[in-house]
Amino acid sequence: MNKNTPFIAVCVALLVGLVLPLATGASAPGFYVEVLLGGLMAGVLYSLVALGFALIFKASGVFNFAQGAMVLFAALAVARLAERMPLWAAILVGIVIMTLLAWFIERLVLRPLVNQDPIALFMATLGVTFFLDGFGQTVWGSDIYKIELGMTKEPVLVLQNLFQGGILVNGEDFVAAIVAAALVGGLALFFQYTPTGRALRAVADDHQAAQSIGIPLNRMWVIVWAVAGVVALVAGVIWGSKLGVQFSLSQVALKALPVVILGGFTSVTGAIVGGLIIGVGEKMAEVFLGPVLVKAFDLAGGGIENWFAYVLALVFLLVRPQGLFGEKHIDRV
Amino acid sequence: MRHQVGVKYTVLAALLAAVFGSTALQAQDKAGVPAQKKAASAPAGEQFFPVLSYRTGAYAPNGVPFANGYVDYLKLVNARDGGINGIKITFEECETGYATDRGVECYERLKGKSPTGATLFHPLSTGITFALTDKSFTDKIPIITPGYGRADSMDGTVFAWNFPLGGTYWTSSDMLVQHIGKKEGGLDKLKGKKIALVYHDSPYGKEPIPLLQERQKMHGFELLLLPVTHPGVEQKATWLQIRQQRPDYVLLWGWGVMNSTSIKEAVATGYPREKMYGVWWSGAEPDVTPAGEGAKGYNALTFLAPAGQGAVHKDILKFVHAKGEAAGNKEGFGEVLYNRGMTNAMMSVEAVKRAQIRYGKKPLKGEEVRWGLENLAIDAAAIKRLGFEGFMAPISTSCVDHEGGSAAQIHTWDGSKWVVEPGMLQPDMSIIKPMIRASAEKYAAEKKIVKRDCAKETS
Repeated sequence: MNKNTPFIAVCVALLVGLVLPLATGASAPGFYVEVLLGGLMAGVLYSLVALGFALIFKASGVFNFAQGAMVLFAALAVARLAERMPLWAAILVGIVIMTLLAWFIERLVLRPLVNQDPIALFMATLGVTFFLDGFGQTVWGSDIYKIELGMTKEPVLVLQNLFQGGILVNGEDFVAAIVAAALVGGLALFFQYTPTGRALRAVADDHQAAQSIGIPLNRMWVIVWAVAGVVALVAGVIWGSKLGVQFSLSQVALKALPVVILGGFTSVTGAIVGGLIIGVGEKMAEVFLGPVLVKAFDLAGGGIENWFAYVLALVFLLVRPQGLFGEKHIDRV
Repeated sequence: MRHQVGVKYTVLAALLAAVFGSTALQAQDKAGVPAQKKAASAPAGEQFFPVLSYRTGAYAPNGVPFANGYVDYLKLVNARDGGINGIKITFEECETGYATDRGVECYERLKGKSPTGATLFHPLSTGITFALTDKSFTDKIPIITPGYGRADSMDGTVFAWNFPLGGTYWTSSDMLVQHIGKKEGGLDKLKGKKIALVYHDSPYGKEPIPLLQERQKMHGFELLLLPVTHPGVEQKATWLQIRQQRPDYVLLWGWGVMNSTSIKEAVATGYPREKMYGVWWSGAEPDVTPAGEGAKGYNALTFLAPAGQGAVHKDILKFVHAKGEAAGNKEGFGEVLYNRGMTNAMMSVEAVKRAQIRYGKKPLKGEEVRWGLENLAIDAAAIKRLGFEGFMAPISTSCVDHEGGSAAQIHTWDGSKWVVEPGMLQPDMSIIKPMIRASAEKYAAEKKIVKRDCAKETS
């Protein structure tokens, strides 16, 4: 048996599952497209948060559990500052705050832990998570705050000639997806084609080797944490304008975990593709698979959206441990 | 190098000082008094009220105003009346974060805090209520759950320590079905209609399902059950299903950010807000304001109490706010959840007052307070005297009936405030009582509880 057979089998099973509602006539084509679009839009936003995870992991080998907390912290900062100044100014001040935060984290948490086990660094980011969650609410408050990007909230019906009843598209979702896609693309180019991006990749490959050729490790870490902070800010502003800014944002951001597991921890492409797969997968599962499971097995019922994303990630982990686009890890014995 | 280390520790120390400083300031600001001045030791001669609250986390936007209203009323009783018939109230807040495990931890920490123990507990969470119900039989401390908790706990012969004062999820869902039936021109007109329940996928959200299924059998409407997982910020799939199924009405059983997200998703999928009816935990200002103009026309039940200000608010402003003792700032003052917290505190204080008639004017144990709760009679005259006119319907409990009657109104968000619809709704107890009896007896059999014989207990 080819070693890729299980992976191919999983991909085929997922594709079959994806088209099954349409093929069996369980869903009208228009509704199917709406669910698919809804999944893709949510997926792009997951990608945005996952990108923050991937950036830091790529550059420092640290799995930054605090990325979700950074999203919340940034969104809270922008929302509260926007009450006192124009939104653009609040976003600029927010970027400064996130850069300062990156500097603090590098200075107080990461630098003392250089060359420690990855688990020590991971635990440190857990600490940062709890600190940011609590500190953010202490400083900025724990109510629901609004970020008004001025986008229309009213849905529009498109393709009414093609599908019966048309396809309902939310303008806000659409703009958010475009902004997220632009940011993801910009960061991919930054990593691939700029000297700083190349230096960051060198640091990711081997800290000591990068240091030996004169790459300033500490400065690189500050840069990457600041970039991850700005990504968190963009994600926070977009999510915040959709959902309102409050504590749950940090939990939504945790949806990026299955995304990076599936896409690969070190891959920007993986964060994008993984986000889309998770987004589409969970929406399809909730709408089409959930009711079938409840009926077939006479279950008590309940939303499957949240855990299905993790099941999907686990399945991929079993057949492709490095993720879809992650680097295969081989140790010499 | 030494200089660098020095700088590092200076920065660390400054940061920690800032964190602890701001936390202490916040504690002082919210409780009105520094934390250490509260019931750290709960001295003898005082009536101790534990306060389970959530001021942080996903449900804080709803937990904060409720806690502020509750605490402000306790402070008012001390400041204006000198306590409950001269017995000073002490209290201590414990942060549950709406998590059952932390709620139980708070309960264990506070239940024996004073010489007479905790007066009673308001868990403000159906999940925590489920967990504490079993403990109540041995600890003998009443659990007050106005408008939440187990619906069957209104049966005092089985649930000796639970008090869902003023309403349960069965009475609330029954009132909503009746209201929808009335809008359609009669309950018989519900045949063939579709009613969707969008619910928090937790014990709280699932609680109305048995009653709705019973009503479904009676009237022949189709019931769509659409769960939303905690915390409820991701509802795209749920609302796509609503768009597909096109229910005639949507009942919303959410809490915290789930409510505002539901309304936003209703806007995004073009579902008319006028066809949406929330339970009383889905009908406060934090639920509608984040959705902005989109929330206009959204309806919800209201009980204990609607938004607004009455005589009691004037007293709180005079005796608590003016002295800088308020639990929070004036933002949220007089809003739905603030008023509900305040009303909950008032009923608790009235229960202690009632129990003092039997046991004397002294700090009372939970077991003694239960008698007060089982003989609570807050009629229209008492409501007026206490300054709560227009904020609640009369309540009269007994050993058997721990709910004490249920009534509610519909209020609609007009874009800036809640507008209460005239006319009080009442549940049909001929449907609910047999369900209560059956469910309570099943619980008693499972837990091997010996039912109380209320006729033999002295009143």
